[in-house]
Amino acid sequence: MATKLGRMARLAFAAGAVALLSAAATTADARTFRMSVSGDANTMDPHSQNAGNVTLLLRQIYEPLVFRGKKLEIEPGLAASWQQLEPTRWRFTLRPNVKFSNGNAFNADDVVYSIQRSLHEFSQYGIFTDTIGEAVKVNDLTVDIITKIPDPVLIDKLTQVYMMDLEWSQANNATRPQNVRGREEAFTGRNAMGTGPFVVRSREPDVRTVLAQNPNWWNNAARESNVTEIVFQPIASAATRTAALRSGEIDFILDPPVQDVPQLQAAQGLKVVIGPEVRTIFMSFDTSRDELLYSSVKGRNPFKDIRVRTAMYQAINIDAIHTRVMRGQSVNTGSLYPDAVNGYSKAEDKRYPFDLNAARRMMREAGYPDGFEVTLDCPNNRYINDEAICQALVAMWSQIGIKVNLLAQPLATYFPKIQRDDTSLYLLGWGVPTYDALYSLQALLRTKDGQPGNGTWNHGRFSDPDFDALIDKIKLETNADARRALIAQVNKLYHDRIPHIPLHHQVIPWAMRSNIDVVHRADNQLEVKWVKVN
Amino acid sequence: MIAFVIRRLLQAVLVMLAVGFVGFSLFAYVGDPVSIMLGQDYTQEARQRLIQDLGLDQPFFIQYARFIAGAAQGEFGISYRLARPVAELLLERLPATLELSLCAAVLALAAGVPLGVYCGLNRDGWLARLLLSVSLIGVSLPTFLIGILLILFFSVILGWLPSFGRGDVVQLGGWSTGFLTPTGLRALILPSITLALFQLTLIMRLVRSEMLEVLRTDYIKFARARGLRNRAINFGHALKNTLVPVITITGLQLGGIIAFAIVTETVFQWPGMGFLFIQSVQAADVPVMAAYLMLIAFFFVLINLVVDLLYYLVDPRLRIDKGAAGGHGGH
Repeated sequence: MATKLGRMARLAFAAGAVALLSAAATTADARTFRMSVSGDANTMDPHSQNAGNVTLLLRQIYEPLVFRGKKLEIEPGLAASWQQLEPTRWRFTLRPNVKFSNGNAFNADDVVYSIQRSLHEFSQYGIFTDTIGEAVKVNDLTVDIITKIPDPVLIDKLTQVYMMDLEWSQANNATRPQNVRGREEAFTGRNAMGTGPFVVRSREPDVRTVLAQNPNWWNNAARESNVTEIVFQPIASAATRTAALRSGEIDFILDPPVQDVPQLQAAQGLKVVIGPEVRTIFMSFDTSRDELLYSSVKGRNPFKDIRVRTAMYQAINIDAIHTRVMRGQSVNTGSLYPDAVNGYSKAEDKRYPFDLNAARRMMREAGYPDGFEVTLDCPNNRYINDEAICQALVAMWSQIGIKVNLLAQPLATYFPKIQRDDTSLYLLGWGVPTYDALYSLQALLRTKDGQPGNGTWNHGRFSDPDFDALIDKIKLETNADARRALIAQVNKLYHDRIPHIPLHHQVIPWAMRSNIDVVHRADNQLEVKWVKVN
Repeated sequence: MIAFVIRRLLQAVLVMLAVGFVGFSLFAYVGDPVSIMLGQDYTQEARQRLIQDLGLDQPFFIQYARFIAGAAQGEFGISYRLARPVAELLLERLPATLELSLCAAVLALAAGVPLGVYCGLNRDGWLARLLLSVSLIGVSLPTFLIGILLILFFSVILGWLPSFGRGDVVQLGGWSTGFLTPTGLRALILPSITLALFQLTLIMRLVRSEMLEVLRTDYIKFARARGLRNRAINFGHALKNTLVPVITITGLQLGGIIAFAIVTETVFQWPGMGFLFIQSVQAADVPVMAAYLMLIAFFFVLINLVVDLLYYLVDPRLRIDKGAAGGHGGH
C-alpha cells in the first residue's frame, strides 16, 4: 500500500511538473497577460455606464483626447496640444496619422461626434462634458470646444471621454449610447473598436474577453509593453480569485481581498503592489432636521451641535481602525480628499486627537451627559471592510454614551435609503474622478438647491453659507493659484466646522505573479500598455 | 394516465403563478434598480423619467400582470443590468448549468447507490463505518467550503485541475458544451464533485437504511431459505424494493441540484444560470431574477411529474390500483 501510494505521488508530481513546465513555456512565447477582477464590464459602450469595471476594459481599446500619465498627470493623448483661446473656448490640435483599428483615420469629425454622443441623455459620462456647449470642427485636425461657462477642470474631465469612429458607429447604427433602460440591444453593448493599444479578438460576457495587440497603434514605435494578448476573466468569488492567482491560472488580480494580502505577499512566486487610492471614507450627519428620524432625542437634533460632532470625532481611535480593521491597509486622514487631488492642503489634513475624556466633557457641555441613541446606516459590500468599520465605531461611540444601532445593508438597499435623505448618520466613501476638489465639495457640502451638481450626495443636507459662497467662487475662478487658495479656505472650514468626520483614504493592493511589472495608479485602473511580462 | 399528466401540468401553471407572485413581491424589497442604473451622478428628472420608462411607477399588481402576460408569450423583458433580452441570457447560461447538474446527478447516483448497498450489506465492516463517518462531512459541510477546499487542494497545492471557469466550449447549434474538449472536461470535475457531494451522501445513507430495512423482511428470509444466490437476493429483490423512496428523493434532489447550483457556480465562476441569478440579485435586476425563479419552479414541477411517472414503472402495485396512485404520488 505504502509503495503504491509513493508511486502515485511520484507520478502525480511528475505530471504536475510537466504541466507547470508546459504552462511556463506557453507564457514565455505568447506573452499572454491573464488578468482578473470580481466583475465583468456590463457593456462595451464607451459612453454608457460610468463604472470602474467598464473603463478597466475599455481603456485598453479606446483613447481620450487627454491622457493621464503614470502618476495621473495630464499628458497629450489623441490631442497633441491644446490652448485656451478665450475663457470659454479651447482649441485642440489632434495627433496626425492616428487610425482606428478598422483602418479609418481619426479626425475632427470623430471628436465632434464623440463629444455629442457623450452628452446624450442615455450617457452617464455627461458629468464629464456637462459644461460643454458644443464642439466645432475647424479643420480636419483642429477642433474648438466651447463651454457654456468657464470650466477650469475641462482638461481633467476630458481624460474620461473616449473617442469613437463616426463611420463605424453609423455603419452599425450605434450613434447614441447604449440605453441601459433600453428596449433594444445596442451593437456597442458587445462590440468595441477604438484607436487604442489593443483590439477585441473575442468576447464572452462574464466568462472571457480576449484582446490582441493592435498592430496599427499610432504609438507602437514607443510601445512599452511586451504583452501580445490580454485574457480577461472575471472571477466573482474572492477566495477563488486568489486561488486562481496562486495556482498560476491568472497573472494579475486587481482586487485581492484585504485579509489575503499578507499571505499573498509571503507566497512564493507572487507579489503585491500597494498604493493609495483616491477614495476617502467618512461619516456624515443629518444636520438639517430639527429632530432626527432615528434617535432617542426628541425635540432637538444633537448633530446640529458642533460639540456633539467634536465629541464623536475625538471618541474615534483611528489607529485601532487602521491596524485592526484595515490591517494597515489605509491612510488615516483629516481631509476629504488625498494629496493626489488638486486643492488638497497638507496643513489642514490633521485630525482632532483621540481623547475620550475630552469627548465626554464635550458631551456633558452639549447637554448629553448620558449620551443618546441613534441609528447608523452603513453599506456592507461597497467599500473595503465597510461594515467592520461601522462595528468598530459602534463600540467606540458607546464609550461616550452614544448607543448606536447599526443598520448595515448591501449597496442595493443602502444607497436608495440614503439617497432619499432617509438617514441620521451614515458612512460614505467618495472617489474623485476629476482629481479636483470641486467635484467633492460641490456634491458633498454645497447646499442642495436644485441646481445641477449641487449637493447631489449631501444626504445629511449640510448647509453653510460660508461653504456655499466659497464653492460657487471655485466653480468660476479660472486662475489656478487663486482657485487653490479658495479651496484651501474651504479645507480650513472643513476642519473647523466638522461637517463630516473623515476616517481614512483607501489603499489598493494589486496582486500578481512575480514576473509581472505594472504601474500602480491611484485611480485603481490598470493600463496594460505599461505592463511587462518578464 | 393522460388525464393525470394534464392535471399535473395544470397544477404546474398554478405553482408557477404563485412562485412568480411571491418572487415579484419579494423583489420590491431587494433594492432600487434605478439608482444602480443611474450611477453616481444624475438629475431628479432623469431619475423620474427612468422610473416611468421601466413602469416602476405603476401599482404592484399591474407590474405583476404585465410580467405574467409577457412571460406567457415567452417574453421576459430586458435585463436592467446588461440591457439584453432576459430569455436570451438564460438560454445562453442554461447549457452550463444543465451539464454541471447532469454530471453531479450521475456522480451522486453512480457512487451513492453502490456505496449505500455496500454499507447496507456490510453494516459492521470497518470500511462501511468509515464511509458513514466521512459521509457526515458531506452532509454537514457547506457547499462553498467544500468547493474552496477542493480548489485549495487540487488547484493550488497540486495544480492538477482548473480552479474556475468552464474551459473551452464547443458550440453545437445554440448549445455550448464542455464535454468535447479536454479543458472543458477537466473543468467539470471539481464543480461536479462539489455539487454532487451532498446528494451523494444523502443517497448513500438512504439506500443503506432502506437496504437494512428490506433485508430484515420476511420475503428476504424466504428467499434465503429457498437457497437463492446472494447476488439475486441483494440486487434482484432487496435493492429493487428500496428504489421507490430513492427515486423520489433523487428526483427532488435533481431539482435541488439545478437550483442550488447557485453556490457552486459562484465559487467556481461557472457561467451558468445560478451565477447569473446571484449577479442579478446584487444589481437588483428584477426581470432576470423573476424569470430565473419561474424557470426553476418549472424544472421542479417537471421533475416531479417524471418522478410520478417512474413510480408506475418501478412499483407494479400502482399500475393495478390507480386510485391509490394519485394519493401516493401527490406529495
